[in-house]
Amino acid sequence: MAVKNVLEAIRATMFEEMERDERVFLLGQDVGRHGGVMNASMGLYDAFGEERVVDTPLAESSIVGIAIGAALGGLLPIAEIQFGDFVLSAVDQIISEAAKMRYRSNNDFHCPIVVRVPYGGGIHGGLYHSQNVESIFFSTPGLKIVAPTTPADVKGLLRAAIYDPDPVIFMEHKLAYRSIKGEFPEGAYDLPIGKADVKRVGKDLTVIAYGMMMHYALGAAEQLAEEGIETEVIDLCTLLPLDRETLVASAKKTGKVMVVHEDNLTGGIGAEVAASITEEAFMYLDAPIKRVAAPDIPSTPYNPILERAMIPTQEQILIGMRELARF
Amino acid sequence: MATKRHIELGLSDQDILDMYKTMVVARAVDDRADILVRSGKIPFTVLGQGQEGAQVAAAQTLVAGRDWVLPYYRDVGVVLAMGMSLREVMLFEFGKADDPNSGGRQMPKHWGHRRLRIVSQSSPVATELPHACGLAWAMRLKKEEGIVWASFGDGVVSKGDFHEALNFAGIHKLPIVFFCENNYYAISVPFSKQSPVPSVADRASAYGMPGVSVDGNDVFAVYKASLEAAERAKRGEGSTLIEARTYRFAPHTSNDDDRRYRSREEVEKWKRLDPIARLFAYLKEHGLLDEERAAAIRSDAEKEVLEAAQWAERAPDPDPASVGAYVYAQEGDAHGR
Repeated sequence: MAVKNVLEAIRATMFEEMERDERVFLLGQDVGRHGGVMNASMGLYDAFGEERVVDTPLAESSIVGIAIGAALGGLLPIAEIQFGDFVLSAVDQIISEAAKMRYRSNNDFHCPIVVRVPYGGGIHGGLYHSQNVESIFFSTPGLKIVAPTTPADVKGLLRAAIYDPDPVIFMEHKLAYRSIKGEFPEGAYDLPIGKADVKRVGKDLTVIAYGMMMHYALGAAEQLAEEGIETEVIDLCTLLPLDRETLVASAKKTGKVMVVHEDNLTGGIGAEVAASITEEAFMYLDAPIKRVAAPDIPSTPYNPILERAMIPTQEQILIGMRELARF
Repeated sequence: MATKRHIELGLSDQDILDMYKTMVVARAVDDRADILVRSGKIPFTVLGQGQEGAQVAAAQTLVAGRDWVLPYYRDVGVVLAMGMSLREVMLFEFGKADDPNSGGRQMPKHWGHRRLRIVSQSSPVATELPHACGLAWAMRLKKEEGIVWASFGDGVVSKGDFHEALNFAGIHKLPIVFFCENNYYAISVPFSKQSPVPSVADRASAYGMPGVSVDGNDVFAVYKASLEAAERAKRGEGSTLIEARTYRFAPHTSNDDDRRYRSREEVEKWKRLDPIARLFAYLKEHGLLDEERAAAIRSDAEKEVLEAAQWAERAPDPDPASVGAYVYAQEGDAHGR
């Protein structure tokens, strides 16, 4: 099996699926000759031409809106948003249109689009190239949100997203693009949307995370293992619909749960995770559910010192885990 | 006797009589829907009386099931012309389970009918225009014949999605007819407060496409412009922006009171330009219709609409247990892919 980083995995998966199915096409700003500002579509323009690798005007609402129309017309579009921060211009299209198409037409129409959203801080992107936008879409039934961060998960879930009959927001953590490497499965490799993945088995506490925080949690779990504490790390992989079953089962097993995300504390995914576990596994819990998240600050500041002060670190996660284990 | 404009445009006597009938039926639908609201049988409706001429004439250039049609919520004339039945329209007015547009989920007149290629519409305006571009893109990649037709009111030209869609359509010469039914009011805000330029068609030059402004209550002018736009699109020469200047005689919806923002004199002035009356005058002049037959067409239309409404009223409501259905694709779903 080849080793790739997350960015290479995204590119290779798009390439494979565009080669396999001519309904699949990519649109977005700079995705063509440039290959994308993240380099995700490098080489696709030369391979598939300008009608299937479409350079759009700088206008996110229409990038998603055109994708919706093309999906209604029988194609399987992948819309690239350059930075997640700019997806806000397309929220009307995503929430009013894509997410409601099947429901409002009583199943007469559906909207199989993928919106690729590079997100997350730690890249010196300042307020408007760093945001975690997932919670904006999290309360929108009709949408699916996936956030894989290993090359294998990227392949399995991007394939699933492309062929999923409903709209999928595909979250790509920018810091993971080059820093996370791993095995890239050959050929047909599918993962189910809506299923969390237990990345590390443990008996003493459960840490639930996604994105870069999941990798930090795995690192912290290894550190804590040296102190004799075995942590179960669950990678949500899909944020919506939430895999409550896997989360609750782990909570019942360990009795101690921590949720970590880079998004703000208030109204984040962690709140729903904590509420769900409390509802279904309260009697199994030995400690209050702990949340580690970014403070409620509008976005990530530019100055590296301020940026580090904003985003949860592996050290903070480790401290939180240790506290929880000793509760 | 003046020249027969319909013959010049390639429309037969039967075509123009059918168009007249569709306009009369569309008027009867809105009149009945208004009565249904006033009598407490339905909570709400959208009204479009006065715009039937523009709607039916434009739709006459389209082919149901081939062209993608994105009508807006006043377009009773369009959906009837594309083949939606009166029973289907009335099921929608009552929000019934078998309403093909939405199964009672949307407010009335937010059309959508896959078999007729009428694309599901929402209430936020202009969002459908980028969809028109995407549909045209899909037709291009799949090498399908046909065009995309999208209509909207004058308020839409203020929205960003209008600009984004026409911009993209212009760049790629997409086969789209953008059809603005300018009735000069976005609810109460007059067009002069909506647009710094006096005609919607003026905007077309920014998008590298022709802009055509026509008397929207003159079916021949609308048909001619629509036909030219459709043929241009089919020849691969790209989109056209048409402004059909028209007027709605009724308030925006059953919840609106237009006396707050329009004088009765202005409404009366436009009623004298009623597209149905104007087409009748033409048909009479050319010996195709007289008062007696026109009255019969009107009463037949009212009767058919009333029967459809009474039938729809008795049709089953949606099962409350179905409220959670079709949020996502379901197992074994025919529309799963």
